[in-house]
Amino acid sequence: MLDSNKDSLKLEAMKRIVAMIARGKNASDLFPAVVKNVACKNIEVKKLVYVYLVRYAEEQQDLALLSISTFQRGLKDPNQLIRASALRVLSSIRVTIIVPIMMLAIKEAASDMSPYVRKTAAHAIPKLYSLDPEQKDQLIEVIEKLLADKTTLVAGSVVMAFEEVCPERIDLIHKNYRKLCNLLIDVEEWGQVVIINMLTRYARTQFLNPNINESLLEEGGSGEKTFYGSDDEEDEDEEEKEKKAETAAMAKRKPYVMDPDHRLLLRNTKPLLQSRNAAVVMAVAQLYFHLAPKAEVGVIAKALVRLLRSHSEVQYVVLQNVATMTIKRRGMFEPYLKSFYIRSTDPTQIKVLKLEVLTNLANETNISTILREFQTYIKSMDKDFVAATIQAIGRCATNIGEVRDTCLNGLVQLLSNRDELVVAESVVVIKKLLQMQPEKHSDIIKHMAKLTDNIQVPMARASILWLIGEYCEHVPKIAPDVLRKMAKSFTNEEDIVKLQIINLAAKLYLTNSKQTKLLTQYVLNLAKYDQNYDIRDRARFIRQLIVPTEKSGALSKYAKKLFLALKPAPVLESPFKDRDHFQLGSLSHLLNAKAGGYQELPDWPEAAPDPSVRNVEVPEWTKCSSREKRKEKKVEKPFYSDSEGESGPTESADSESDSGSGSESASGSEVSASGSESEESEEGSESEEEEQKDKKKTKKELKKPVQESESEQSSEEEERKHARKSKISKSESESESDEEDESESESSESESEDSESEAEVKKKKKAAESKPPCKPVKKENKKEKKEISLLDLDDFDPTPSPQVTPVNSFLSSSLVTDLEGLSLSDSVLAPATMAPSSALKSYELLHRITGEGLQVEFCFSRQPFSPDANMVAVQMHFTNNASADAKSLHMEDVKLQSGMRVREFPEIELLPAGETATAVMGIDFCDSTQAANFQLCTQTRKFFVSIQPPVGELMRPVFLTENEFKKEQGQLMGMNEITEKLTLDATCRNEHTIVQRVTAAANLSRVPCGSDKECSPPVPPPDHPVYRFAGRTVTSGSLVLVTVVTREEGAAQLTVNCEKMVIGTMLVKDILLALTQ
Amino acid sequence: MIHSLFLINASGDIFLEKHWKSVVSRSVCDYFFEAQERATEPENVPPVIPTPHHYLISVLRHRIYFVAVIQSEVPPLFVIEFLHRVVDTFQDYFGVCTEAAIKDNVVVVYELLEEMLDNGFPLATESNILKELIKPPTILRTMVNTITGSTNVGEQLPTGQLSVVPWRRTGVKYTNNEAYFDVVEEIDAIIDKSGSTITAEIQGVIDACVKLTGMPDLTLSFMNPRLLDDVSFHPCVRFKRWEAERILSFIPPDGNFRLLSYHVSSQNLVAIPVYVKHNITFREGSSQGRFDLTLGPKQTMGKAVESVLVSSQLPRGVLNTNLNPSQGTYTFDPVTKLLTWDVGKINPQKLPSLKGTMSLQAGASKPDENPTINIQFKIQQMAISGLKVNRLDMYGEKYKPFKGIKYMTKAGKFQVRT
Repeated sequence: MLDSNKDSLKLEAMKRIVAMIARGKNASDLFPAVVKNVACKNIEVKKLVYVYLVRYAEEQQDLALLSISTFQRGLKDPNQLIRASALRVLSSIRVTIIVPIMMLAIKEAASDMSPYVRKTAAHAIPKLYSLDPEQKDQLIEVIEKLLADKTTLVAGSVVMAFEEVCPERIDLIHKNYRKLCNLLIDVEEWGQVVIINMLTRYARTQFLNPNINESLLEEGGSGEKTFYGSDDEEDEDEEEKEKKAETAAMAKRKPYVMDPDHRLLLRNTKPLLQSRNAAVVMAVAQLYFHLAPKAEVGVIAKALVRLLRSHSEVQYVVLQNVATMTIKRRGMFEPYLKSFYIRSTDPTQIKVLKLEVLTNLANETNISTILREFQTYIKSMDKDFVAATIQAIGRCATNIGEVRDTCLNGLVQLLSNRDELVVAESVVVIKKLLQMQPEKHSDIIKHMAKLTDNIQVPMARASILWLIGEYCEHVPKIAPDVLRKMAKSFTNEEDIVKLQIINLAAKLYLTNSKQTKLLTQYVLNLAKYDQNYDIRDRARFIRQLIVPTEKSGALSKYAKKLFLALKPAPVLESPFKDRDHFQLGSLSHLLNAKAGGYQELPDWPEAAPDPSVRNVEVPEWTKCSSREKRKEKKVEKPFYSDSEGESGPTESADSESDSGSGSESASGSEVSASGSESEESEEGSESEEEEQKDKKKTKKELKKPVQESESEQSSEEEERKHARKSKISKSESESESDEEDESESESSESESEDSESEAEVKKKKKAAESKPPCKPVKKENKKEKKEISLLDLDDFDPTPSPQVTPVNSFLSSSLVTDLEGLSLSDSVLAPATMAPSSALKSYELLHRITGEGLQVEFCFSRQPFSPDANMVAVQMHFTNNASADAKSLHMEDVKLQSGMRVREFPEIELLPAGETATAVMGIDFCDSTQAANFQLCTQTRKFFVSIQPPVGELMRPVFLTENEFKKEQGQLMGMNEITEKLTLDATCRNEHTIVQRVTAAANLSRVPCGSDKECSPPVPPPDHPVYRFAGRTVTSGSLVLVTVVTREEGAAQLTVNCEKMVIGTMLVKDILLALTQ
Repeated sequence: MIHSLFLINASGDIFLEKHWKSVVSRSVCDYFFEAQERATEPENVPPVIPTPHHYLISVLRHRIYFVAVIQSEVPPLFVIEFLHRVVDTFQDYFGVCTEAAIKDNVVVVYELLEEMLDNGFPLATESNILKELIKPPTILRTMVNTITGSTNVGEQLPTGQLSVVPWRRTGVKYTNNEAYFDVVEEIDAIIDKSGSTITAEIQGVIDACVKLTGMPDLTLSFMNPRLLDDVSFHPCVRFKRWEAERILSFIPPDGNFRLLSYHVSSQNLVAIPVYVKHNITFREGSSQGRFDLTLGPKQTMGKAVESVLVSSQLPRGVLNTNLNPSQGTYTFDPVTKLLTWDVGKINPQKLPSLKGTMSLQAGASKPDENPTINIQFKIQQMAISGLKVNRLDMYGEKYKPFKGIKYMTKAGKFQVRT
C-alpha cells in the first residue's frame, strides 16, 4: 500500500503502522518502505512518516540518512510551520552522523524571523546536547543568543534548554534577568514553571537573605521571640544562628535593604499565584518560600490551600510541600486549619499527609479542636489511617505539654479497643510518652502489664516489656509476675520480644535479685539455645555482665549503671523535618532523595554580588541603572546625606534609612558634596566607604566658600528652625535632637522628610525666614531672576507640540513666588545644560518655570523597549536648573485610556542641581494617539504632565524586500489604502532628503529597491524613482506601508497602506506635511 | 522532562505507549504494577514511584492510568498537571476518555501527543491551537476524508500560537452570537454527629460558553465582588484590572472554558441547605442493626433541592440491609458494602426517609465505627454564597450578542458523620 500512488492508500497504511507503534509492536522492517514517503505531498502522511522516523531512526541509522535531505529542504520552506517541523524531526533523529547538520540547522533557526521556529530551535538544543555533549560550547552560544530574544514564545523554551545544557552558567542570566522577570506573566504556563524555578536559584546566588535582620532580632539582641515562637522555630533559629554569626556584625551596621531586582522578581511572580495551572502556583509558592521576607510569605498559603481542591495527585504533591512549610512557618497555614480536615472519602495517602499537616499546625490554642477531630478519625474504617492518627496524637502530646495528660488518657482508653492494630499502635506511642514522665503514671504501666496477656502484636509486646523493665521500681509487684509469664512463653515469642524479655530479666535481676534470680537464670538458659544468634549473643553478654562469677570483670560493677541509666525521652518529630534543604516542589523534595539532575538550592551569599551585572547595555539604560546602583550603595551606608546650605525643601534620600545611631549620623552629615561629586566617588568600590567619606569631607571644605553667604546665616536659622520643628512634629524629633547635640550647622537639612506635610511645614518656615535680615537681597535676586526667566522663555524653541502642564497650586501664590525666586537665584550658578539627542525631535514635558527649575524633555528614542516589545520607548531628559537637588523623581497616578499601559521609568533617586539625567519609560499607546497622562513627582512637588505621541512614533521599522512589500501591499487595498497627491518642496526633490524627511516623520525603514520600473511600464523614466518604507504598529503589529512615487516637476504621489485606517490617515497628513514644508 | 507515556487500563494492560526521546522498555511499568498491587484501592497508588533508573509519575482518570516516565529532576506537579491536560484534551476531542475511544482514534491521539510535547517539553496545550493543527474527528469529516483524500491536519501554523492571545483563534464566525456563563458553587462541608457544622466552605467556578464572532473584548462585573476571597483565572483574564477594579476583563477563548474559579471567604457563614436526621445503631449481641435516615431542606431560599443522592459506606460486618425508602430507590452492594439511595427531589411537606434494619454477621462483635454519609444535591437558580453578576459588556465588535447567566449550587464533598 505504501508504494501506491494514491495518497489515501498511503495514509491508510501509515495509520496502521502508527497503530502498531502505539501498541508497542515492532514495525522496524517496514523502514525502507516508509522512509520513501518522507517527501510525500500529503501533509498527514508526511506527519505520520515523521512519527515513524523518529521512533525507528536510531535503529536504522543508514536508511534514516536518506531522509535528511528532505528536512534540509524543509528548513528553507517559506511556511514557518514546515520549517519548524522539519527542524523538530531533524533534531529528534538520534543519529550521531548528522550532528554537524543539526548544529547548523539550529544556528540558522535561532535567527529565524518566526518566533515559532526560534522556539523550535530552543527545543532542539537539549536534544542535540543529549546526543553529543561535546557540542556544549557551541550550544551555549546559541542559548546565549536565544536568551536575548524578546518574544514570550521563546523565553520558556530557551530557559528549559539552559537548565538542561548549562545550568551552572548563571552569568548568562544576568543580562536577561530583568527582561525575564518582566516577560514572565505573558510566557506560556509551562515556560513559567521552568523560568520561576531557574530564577529561584539565580536569586539565591545574587541577592541577600531578606530575613537576615529578623533572625538577628530573634537571636536575642532584643530578647524578642517570633510571633509564633515554638520549639521548631527555635531549633531552626539555632541552625541559623551559626550561619549568621559571622554575618551578624556586618549586618548590624548595614540594615538590610532589598535589591530592587529582588523586589522586581517577587512583584512580578505574585500574580501568577492566581494561575489555573497548579505547577505554576507551586513554583511561585516555592519561590516565595525560599526568597521572600518572612512577612510576605503568607500570601502563598491561600493559593496552596486552593490547590487542595484539585485532583488527588495534585493534592498529594501539594500536601507534601505544605507539610514541609508548616514545620518552618506554622503561622502561615494556621488560618486554614479546617481545610486540612480529613474526609472519609480521601485516599489513604492523602489522609496521612493531611494528618501530618494538622499535627504540625497544632499549638496550645487549637489543640483541643484538633484532638476532637482526631477522635473521630480513630473510629475510621481505614486502619492504616487510624494507626497514623494515633502517632499524630503522640506527637501532639510531646509537642504541647498542656495536653499530654489528656492525650495519654485518650490513648489508654484505646487500649481497650477491639482492633489489635489500634491497641498495638497506642502501646508504642504510650511507651514513648511515658518515657517523659514515668513517675506519675505507674497505674498506666500496671494497666499495660495486664495487656500482655492479650496483645499479640510483637512490637507492642516488646514495648510493654521494655516499659516494665525500665520502670520496674514503680511496679515492684507486677514486674516479676510478668517476667514469669513471659518466661513460660519465651520459646514462642518473636525475636524482638525475646530480646526484650532478656532485657527485662536483666533489669529485674539487678533491682530485685531475690525474687527473680531463678527466673533470670531460666530465661538466659533458654536464650542460650535459641536459634537466633543475636539472642544467643545477647544472653551471653548479659550473663557475663550481671551474674557475678569469679571471672567477671570490672564491668559487672557497673552493670546497674549500664542497664538502668536514665534514658532521654525520644523526640517525636515529623518525617518532613529535614526536607527543606531540597527545593520545594521538586521531585527530590517529594522523594526526600536526590533525583538525577537536581540542582542544589544555593545558600544565600553573605555579601551581594555586584548588582550592576544585570544592567542592560542599551545606551539609555546605563544612566538610570547606574542610578539604581547608586541607590543601593547609598542605602548601604545609610547616613550619607547631602547638605547644601540653603537648599530649600530638600528631599533627602535618607528618609528610608532608619535613624539609629547618632554617632553615625554625625559623621554622615559631614559628608556634604554636590551630586556630581558623589556620583563620581561612588563609582568606586563599596569597601572604600571610609576613604570616600574623607574625600568628601575635603571636598566639602572646598565647596564651602561657594556657599558662604547661605551657610553664614544658616547656623542661626537652623536653631530657630529646630526649635519650631520639634514642637510641630514630635516624630522627627528623635533623630534630630541627636543631630542637634552634635550642633553640626548643616546637618539639619538631612533629616527625613517623607511626607508632604512636613515639607510644607518647612516651606512655611522658609518663607518666614526669608523675611528677617536678608530680605532686601532676596528681593533683588528675585527680580533679577524673573527677568532672566522671561528671557529664557523667549529663547526656547517653539516646540512642535507644546504640552500644557498645569501649575501645581497647592501652595499659596506668594509662597510659590518666594520659592521660585529662591530656586531661580541659584540657577545662575548652574547654567542649564540642554542635551537633546541630535537626530531625534524632542518635546517638552515640563517647562523649567512650571517645574520650579526642573525641566523635562522627552523624545521617542526609536529603540525597542526591551522589557516589553509592545511599548514605545520614551526617553526622558531631566535637567535640574534649580539650585536644590531634586530627589526621588518618579511617576504617579497614571491616567490612561483603556488598553494602554505604561512601564514607569525607574525612580531617580537624586538629581543634583545643574545635572541632567536620562531615563527611559515605555508606553503602550495601543496604536492610538491618545495622550498618556500622569504625574511627575519629586519628593515635594507633583506636576501633571502628558505625553502624546505623533502617529509616526507608533510604529517600528520592519525590513521587507521589494517583493514582500508588493505582496503585502496587494493585500491592503481598498479601504486600507490612502493616496494623496502632493507637490514636493523645492528643497526636497532628491532621494536623500525625501528619505530623510519620511523617516523623520515616522519610524519606518526603507525598502531597498532601485528605481522602480514596473511603476510606469511603457517608457520607464529613470529619474522618477519610487520610495518605499515599511513598518509595523507597535502594539498590534499591523503593517504600515508607505510609498512615495515622484513625478515630473516635484509632483508626487503618496500612498499609505495600513490595516488601521485611522493610523493611515494621520500618517498621510504627517508625511505630507514633512514633505511639503 | 517527560520521556515516555504509557496508558494502562484497569486490568493492567499497557494499551498505548509513546516515546519522546529514546525508547524506554515497557518493562519499566512492572514497578508500577508492583505498587498497584500493594495499594488496596486504585486511588491509593502513589503518584510518584522511584525506580532504579527512572521515576514514574502517574495519574488516574476514567479508570485509566496515565504513567509518565521521567529520568531526571522535574517538578512533579509539572508532569501531573500536564497529564491532566492530556486527559482533558482527549475528552475534548473524543467526548469521552475511555480505552475504547483512545484505541479507535489512536492516530489522532498520536498526532496530538506529538504536538503537545516536543522532546518531553510541552509545546502546544491550548485546545484551540490544537484544534487548528489537528481537527477533531467527526463522522462527517471522516466520511469526507475517505472520499476526497483530504486530511484532518492543518497546514498552516495556527495564528493563535504567535499572537498575544494564544487561546483564541482568529476569523471566528457565528450567525448567532451568544455568551453563556454558568456560576456553579459547590459546598464542601463536614457535619458532625449532632448536626453542627465542623467545616464548611464554598468553592465556585464560572464556566463559560462563548460563541462570538471576531475578537470581542468582554467585561464582567459583580454586584458583590468582595465575596470572592481567592480566585484563579483563565490566562485570558487581565489581572491588573481585577486587582484595581474587581472587574473581569478578557478576550474569551472560543467555545467552552473555565473563566474563573474562586473560593468564598471563610469569614462568611455558609448556609447549609439540607439537614440530615440519622439514627444508625448496632446492638451488641444481636445480629440486627437499625438504620433510620431522614432528609430535610434548610435555608434554601425557597428553591427546590434536586437530584439528591445519598451514599454511605457501611461497616464490613453488615451482611445485608432491609430498608424502606419513602421515595426514590436504594441499592446495597453486599460486596463493597456501599449503600446508595437515589432520593430525587426533596419535598418539604413530605420529608424523604429511609428506614429499616441491617443484618449483621452472626457472632461478630458490633462494629465500633459508624458510617459517614455522603450527600449530593443540586439547587438550581441560586448561588449559595449570594454572588451575583452585575453586567456583561462587550467591546471591540459591533453586533449585539445574546447573553445568559445561570446559577447553580451543588454539594461538593458534603459529609455527615454519624
